[in-house]
Amino acid sequence: MINAIIEVFPVLMRGINITITVFIFSAIFSYLFAFIAGLCRVSNNKFVRGGTGVYVEIFRGTSLIVQLFWLYYAIPMLFDVGIDNRLMAGVLAISLNYGAYMSEIVRGSILAVEKGQTEASIALNLSRAQRMRIVIFPQALRMMLPEFGNYLIQILKATSLVSLIGMTDILYHGNILRSTNLSAAPTVYLLLLIFYFIMALPLIFLTRKGEQISKRGVAS
Amino acid sequence: MVDSVKEKNSSGSYSSNTGPIVEYKNVHKSFGDVEVLKGLDLDIYPGEKVALIGPSGSGKTTIIRMLMTLEQPTSGEIIVDGKNLCHMEKNGKLVPANEKHLREVRGEIGMVFQHFNLFPHMTILQNCMTAPIQVQKEDKESAKRRSIEMLEKVGLGDKLDNYPSQLSGGQKQRVAMARALVMRPKIMLFDEVTSALDPELVGEVLEVIRDIAEEGEMAMVLVTHEMDFALEVADRVIFLDDGVIAEEGTPSEVLEESDNERLQQFLYRFRS
Repeated sequence: MINAIIEVFPVLMRGINITITVFIFSAIFSYLFAFIAGLCRVSNNKFVRGGTGVYVEIFRGTSLIVQLFWLYYAIPMLFDVGIDNRLMAGVLAISLNYGAYMSEIVRGSILAVEKGQTEASIALNLSRAQRMRIVIFPQALRMMLPEFGNYLIQILKATSLVSLIGMTDILYHGNILRSTNLSAAPTVYLLLLIFYFIMALPLIFLTRKGEQISKRGVAS
Repeated sequence: MVDSVKEKNSSGSYSSNTGPIVEYKNVHKSFGDVEVLKGLDLDIYPGEKVALIGPSGSGKTTIIRMLMTLEQPTSGEIIVDGKNLCHMEKNGKLVPANEKHLREVRGEIGMVFQHFNLFPHMTILQNCMTAPIQVQKEDKESAKRRSIEMLEKVGLGDKLDNYPSQLSGGQKQRVAMARALVMRPKIMLFDEVTSALDPELVGEVLEVIRDIAEEGEMAMVLVTHEMDFALEVADRVIFLDDGVIAEEGTPSEVLEESDNERLQQFLYRFRS
């Protein structure tokens, strides 16, 4: 067993850079899409609201793997201009998908800020943009934190899908190893679980932190 | 009644401008099928202190919420300092006011709410100084200095860096008043500002309102259930019943001498 681990470990380590790279970019863009779409969803303009709603429902309502294949295989073929870059396709698919989910958190949190806060800022004659930026959004952000942490962990786990478009992440290297050495399967998948878990640990910690900040509310 | 107000105006305790600063002209307001205000005509003069009393649902809070542009009248007009509040002229026609127009007109109005509505993520100093900086483009130092002065005036000079959740209800309401006052409104609206307070905290809030009222230059409209306070502070008391002004006059005329039956019933419930 120890020998097997010693054999498998360095192979998986070859994929760690890809996994972490895909994760970091996906996390950044997921948040970006989530904030943009979430703010559009509370816009005054019904076309902006409706259009964003369509995006959110389509990406929430279909499979992430299929979206990934669309971006990487189908769209380049249909339009001839496409994403021949695996990293870009992988990150885009994950971010569009999780951005859609998380935009609902953004929207829900903004709507959950007490109505009196808006009224008080109208009474102080703040503009619409100032109301959102100075009063509503900072309070909504605190409500978003715990859920945002949860999604961060999910995004990490979703990065394993990019092995399906040939990105050489830890799962990809593990699968290759297993196909050449079938008896290594238990060790490979055990180690993969441990890899993901160890990478998730700081995120779990972050989520806890987010929960604390959120629970403490806004007063300290 | 109006004569008595004008007398007061000419006596010099208020602005020399004797025209009304707020005019409601045949204002109706419905929520769904329910008509809360049925043709309100009301003038408020610069520096005047008006108390609105009446049973719940009589429309008194709606009157000041419309003035703060938190509700739009169903019909009728509200004129503030000569400017139409909810409508603006566009190509010779009156159209509903846009954000820009609203911001121009409501700059003269401040409001204090029943539930304080302080910004919980800001210290009380930040609560006060944010609007002057953002809205009136006042420089930070002067906004800060004035906010501190105002907070000292309401007795909270030692709480500048506290957050609202660390304060009592009465303290919160005093912060809310300071926050509205640093904007130097010409008209201040008070929406049942003591109703959410524990009884022992009501006094400290009324004390501050009394002080503000004594300075005199600001028009004040108070929706209140504190009859004794209305009697003491107001120049004019208006009794609303079922969407109309059922009685108005000086505090003693309304609260002590009127023989309006509905008013008597209403007051009886408060005094018993």
